[in-house]
Amino acid sequence: MPASARAGVFDPRVFTLANGLEVVVIEDPRMPAVVHMVWYKAGSADEPRGKSGVAHYLEHLMFKGTRTHGPGEFSRLVAVNGGRENAFTALDYTGYHQTVARDRLELVMKLEADRMANLAVTEEQAAPELLVVLEERRTRIDNEPGAQLDEQMRAILFPDHPYGISIIGREHEIRALTLADARAFYARHYAPNNAILVVAGDIALDALKPLVEKYYGAIPARELAPRVRASDPPPVAARRVVLESARVKRPSVHRNYLAPGHRSAFAAMPGAPGMAHALEVLAEILGGGATSRLYAALVVARKLAVGASAHYDSGARDDSRFTFGVVPRDGTTAAELEAALDTEIARVLDSGVTADEVARAKRRLQSGAIYVRDSLQAGARTLGAALAVGRGVADVESWPERIGAVEVEQVNAAARAILRPERSVTGLLLPKAAP
Amino acid sequence: MALLSRRQALAAMAGFAALGLPWRGADAAPRIERVVSPGGIAAWLVSDRRIPVVSMQMAFRGGAALDPAEKLGRANLATQLLDEGAGPYDSQEFQRRVEDISASLGFDDGRDTTGGWVKTLSRHRPEAFDLLRLAMTAPRFDAEPLERARSAVLGRLKRNGEDPDYLAGRLWWRRMAGDHPYARPGSGVPRTVEKISAEDVRAFAGERLARDNLVVGCVGDISAGELAGALDAVFGALPARAAPWRLPAAPLRALGGTVVLERPVSQSVASFGHVGIKRGDPDYYTAFVMNHILGGGSFSSRLYQEVRERRGLAYSIYTVLNPLDAGGFVQGGVATQNARMAETIAIVRDQWRRMAGEGASTAEIADAKSFLTGSFPLQFDSTDRIARLLVSIQLDDLGLDYLDRRNAFIEAVSGSDVARVARRLLDPAQLTFAVVGQPAGLEAERVDAIE
Repeated sequence: MPASARAGVFDPRVFTLANGLEVVVIEDPRMPAVVHMVWYKAGSADEPRGKSGVAHYLEHLMFKGTRTHGPGEFSRLVAVNGGRENAFTALDYTGYHQTVARDRLELVMKLEADRMANLAVTEEQAAPELLVVLEERRTRIDNEPGAQLDEQMRAILFPDHPYGISIIGREHEIRALTLADARAFYARHYAPNNAILVVAGDIALDALKPLVEKYYGAIPARELAPRVRASDPPPVAARRVVLESARVKRPSVHRNYLAPGHRSAFAAMPGAPGMAHALEVLAEILGGGATSRLYAALVVARKLAVGASAHYDSGARDDSRFTFGVVPRDGTTAAELEAALDTEIARVLDSGVTADEVARAKRRLQSGAIYVRDSLQAGARTLGAALAVGRGVADVESWPERIGAVEVEQVNAAARAILRPERSVTGLLLPKAAP
Repeated sequence: MALLSRRQALAAMAGFAALGLPWRGADAAPRIERVVSPGGIAAWLVSDRRIPVVSMQMAFRGGAALDPAEKLGRANLATQLLDEGAGPYDSQEFQRRVEDISASLGFDDGRDTTGGWVKTLSRHRPEAFDLLRLAMTAPRFDAEPLERARSAVLGRLKRNGEDPDYLAGRLWWRRMAGDHPYARPGSGVPRTVEKISAEDVRAFAGERLARDNLVVGCVGDISAGELAGALDAVFGALPARAAPWRLPAAPLRALGGTVVLERPVSQSVASFGHVGIKRGDPDYYTAFVMNHILGGGSFSSRLYQEVRERRGLAYSIYTVLNPLDAGGFVQGGVATQNARMAETIAIVRDQWRRMAGEGASTAEIADAKSFLTGSFPLQFDSTDRIARLLVSIQLDDLGLDYLDRRNAFIEAVSGSDVARVARRLLDPAQLTFAVVGQPAGLEAERVDAIE
């Protein structure tokens, strides 16, 4: 279909089963393959207090077998049928996905539906997997000073909300997790009425529907507890954290501002509902590429930094972060660079962004909505992630239009509302001479 | 949003017996055309007009391994600078033009090749292709971007100094290939990066960016006729010939043993491996299947089963074949807590011996083949990935009909082939480990530093 005839980004088809499973189909016949993804509206932020890491531990255990498929059989079947698969855990959701040839869709659907309801893991399988998770934590966080600092900054930015804890969990809490903890999380959250099925590829809705009914339709809905999370009081003071270590060889300066996520952006913040889009435009102006304000000022013109970035995550269900990261050039101290970053932030707050900057940023963001259709996986991921945090398909489909409607004044208002000292945590990663 | 994956995306995965029939999925192969411009420049094309995007990938034979020893990092610096100012545009103006058409364009350096790419909306194809032409034929190498890129490289080198993965890889290559160019770090070391001049990077562009060492793959919303015209416009002004080059053959034996670089981390990281096999070797496909069973199919490989599933020793363990122009290598990686690295290394050595001595079972080989043939076409799901595939098929000289023939090479591998090639390839005496961390109870040579 020519681009001009498209109503939205993906033109997905949707339906809901009687048991509550939401189904999204992106018909894309470019290759005879399908991506099959199941998303559960349960992530690390839905873990019980003291049980951090259990969402991710359960994700690992989901490959250990069911009442009818033995340990490892899921992956063996997918592989021997030429399929690729993986899974992921995030703050707000957990996802499982396979890419297979079109005529193997029924097989993976059968397997995925089976483990939605019939997980069966033994203590003997669960114990070594906990060690694997601990190694994963060492790889991702403990061996990476930058990740350690980010973990600290997150904990300060979200003092009580579970977004303050790394997705993988705290080491001492992971160590104490049991199979019973994982089973409890599974029983509480893994149900068709708490899940989204996304299928993208060479499949028509009419062909898909009977398969979905057959495999997922047979699983009864379960009563779900409301998604209640601790919340934080409004921030009142700028905070700082310094990680100084002999392991750090290259210093860097980081700044996080508490920013609205999906629900707060559309409800609680002044300037809603356009706030999230205005912040996306702002991040693009400040940190989007080689001509962004930060790169042009700190790296090219003033020669203080070797890298500068700004990022806003609009995908969080609750509050989110607007983040900056800068790396000094040799000869620049972290303090000088932090001051220069503050100067650029102050410039936005005092003088605002220009109409030209906003127009350019909007154009680039909107082009992204065309590029995302170039990959089978990307569309499935975008829609699944949106639905899993409570956004609708229409919201995704109209995103380019709503980005297009963002005005200069909204961007400036969003900057002034969010880039405030009391909303910030500053983090310094500094080398220390070995004693 | 941050995501945790169940495993790192390294290689493919495999499985054991399941369905009665092996899956043969090659009907998904895209249709490839060879396009030759009026000026004689060839490219491979998959025309697909269903999405208004065009991806072009290119490679020039000869890469960072050709950097002069005292100018290590030259290819890396030069490729970073090609799109930092060209023709009438300085760096910021060039970048602004790329961003304003929402295109992406860039270059990178491999050991054996120098790569480039452009991805654009088809409505901006003429502007995007013209910017690519300028970057290759009229790069400016102005002082400001040169010093900026140099600072960025020096910063990354510092960052690498705190990265156990990077250090383990460097240490392994040093131990494996000594003074061979492959053992040198592609981004250079501070001592050499500080010395690279504008003349040096200009010399690199003049030596490497030419028509006789160029391969091009193009995919997306463009016809053969449109591409033929564009090829002359984009590449026609490049010199006809690249500077002649020759790499010495890589070492044929590894020293074996274990070498440790102490670093204060809770998890030790190991790189391991030895000499492997080149892409054109008649045993390549057999080695590919064998490696999949040993450590390539991360999910059910023997190493994955023994190290991760059975004992929980690591999040990631893998082996890969790395067939370079001047020599092939079998390489792997694993990370585990300091207290258990010695045990992990013993398991890897044991599995190396077992495969070398016994080969693989009929069931293992059947399952590996079933996965490798079935999953192959599924990974090419975007224009840029298919364009990269077109480039690599050309670099390896596999032929226009390779996608139709590839699975038959895999299917032809027999159990006795696997046993023979495992015996030929895997040598526990040469298996060399480089470990960064504080591994306990590990018999090893120690080094204090690595440049």
